[in-house]
Amino acid sequence: MLLDKFQSMAGVRAELEAIGIVPFGAVTEKITSATEGVVNGHQVILAGTNNYLGMSFEPRCIASARAAAETWGTGTTGSRMANGTFAEHIALEQELAQFYGVGQAIVFTTGYAATQGMCATLAGPGDVILLDADSHASIYAGAQLSGAEIIRFKHSDTHDLEKRLKRLGDRTGNTLIVVEGIYSMLGDVAPLKEIAELKRRYGGYLLVDEAHSMGVLGEHGRGAAEAAGVEDDVDFIAGTFSKSLGATGGFCISRHALLEAIRFSVRSYIFTASATPGVIASVRTALKILSEEPQRRERLWENAHRLYTGLKKLDLAVGPSVSPVVAVTIKDRVQALQSWQALLEAGVYVNLVVPPASPTENSMLRCSVSAAHSPEQIDQIIAAFAAITAKYPAGSPAV
Amino acid sequence: MPNYNIYVEYIYTVLRTIKPDVEFTENTDLVTELGLSSLQVMELIEHIEDHFDISISLNILPDINTVGDLARKLQELNG
Repeated sequence: MLLDKFQSMAGVRAELEAIGIVPFGAVTEKITSATEGVVNGHQVILAGTNNYLGMSFEPRCIASARAAAETWGTGTTGSRMANGTFAEHIALEQELAQFYGVGQAIVFTTGYAATQGMCATLAGPGDVILLDADSHASIYAGAQLSGAEIIRFKHSDTHDLEKRLKRLGDRTGNTLIVVEGIYSMLGDVAPLKEIAELKRRYGGYLLVDEAHSMGVLGEHGRGAAEAAGVEDDVDFIAGTFSKSLGATGGFCISRHALLEAIRFSVRSYIFTASATPGVIASVRTALKILSEEPQRRERLWENAHRLYTGLKKLDLAVGPSVSPVVAVTIKDRVQALQSWQALLEAGVYVNLVVPPASPTENSMLRCSVSAAHSPEQIDQIIAAFAAITAKYPAGSPAV
Repeated sequence: MPNYNIYVEYIYTVLRTIKPDVEFTENTDLVTELGLSSLQVMELIEHIEDHFDISISLNILPDINTVGDLARKLQELNG
C-alpha cells in the first residue's frame, strides 16, 4: 500500500517517545539570547544552531527587520518572477555581488533552494555532476533532478577526484564539480586549493557550497575559496543566510555574466514565493556587520579552539581538525540517544545525527560554536560532556 | 574486459566482508534480503570502482535490486 513505507519511521518515533526522548524536531519553547533558550522544557545553552556569528539576536538586524516589516509588509505574496521582487531583494543581490567581487548574484528563499536549484539547472541530460560523497542532501536532490549523470568521489579525496576526471576524458567540459567549503557534519574544510588545481588541469566547472564557511573562513569572511586563494577558479558559490547571517534564505554568485540568464531557468527560484522583506533587510544588515566586524570571526575561532581541545582532552572522538562544527562520534545509536537526552537535561542542546544523515554508520553529537558564546558557556558545554562520559563510559571514545 | 561472472565473483568478495555471516546468490536482493544500508551500498560501489578502475553513475542504482542486476549493468556499461 502507498503508505506502508512510512511504518518503519512511525515505529522508530513511537519507540523514542515511549522512552521520553524527542531528538528530532525538538521544540524550542523560548529563546533568551543567541546562545540560550528553553528546549523540550529544559533551560539550555544552545550549542547546535549554526548561529556562527550570533547574528540572530543582533539588535541592528532586528531593528532592520522590524522597520522593513512596517515599510514593506510581512510578506511578498509572490515569486521573484511575478510580484515578489522588491527593491530590497535587488539591493541585497547587488551587495552580495560586491561582497564577493563579482558581477552577478541571485537571492533564493532558502539555502536548500539555492543549492538544489543551481545543481538541478546548471547540468542537464548529457552532462555530468561530479560530487563529493558527503555532499548535503540539497546537492544530491538537485543532481537527481538535473537528469545529468551523477558520479560521486570519495569525500575530500583529490586523488579519487583526479581518477574520475581522467576517466571522463573530453566530457569534462560538460562536467560540474560540486563541493562544500566546510562540511556540515564533521566540520572539515574541503581541500579547495588542490580541487581548483585539478579543475584547471582537466577542465569542468566548479560550484562551492559555502553554507557553513561564509563568515567563518577567509580574511574577509567570504569562505573557504577565499581562504584557499582560489576564488578565481570557482565558477559558482552557493550559500545560505541561515547560519552566519542569522536569518533564512540562500544565494548564488558567479563571475559568469550568464548567471542572469540562468536565473530564469531555476525552478526553485521561479516557482516559490520570495523571501520576506524583514528577512532580506536583516540579512543586508548582517552582511554589513560581517564585513565590518572581523572580531566576531576571531571570537568564533577562539571558542571553536576552546571547545575542540576541551572535548579532545576528554578522549572523545571529535572531527579531524578544529572547526566551529565540533562533532563527537558515538558508535552505538542508543548510546547516542541517551547521551543527547542527558546533555539536554544537563542544560546543553546539541544536534543528534544518526545514519543515514551521518557520513558513516556511526551516530554523532554535533555541536556548533557561536561567536556569541562566552568562554564560561563553552566550559559548561565541556563539563556536560564530561558528565555524560562518566555516565556512559562505553560511549567514549567512540571510534 | 571483465565479464558478468567476473563482476559477480568480485561482488561476492566484497559482500563477504560487509556481511560475513550471510549466504547469497546472484538472485539475492541487496537491500531487502541482505539488509544493506544506503551507506553499505555505496561502500560496495566504491570497492567495485576501485577494483575495476571505473566510475559508476548513481543513476543506475534505482534499477539494481540483486547481485545479478548489478553485475549485468556493469557488463553492459563497461564490457
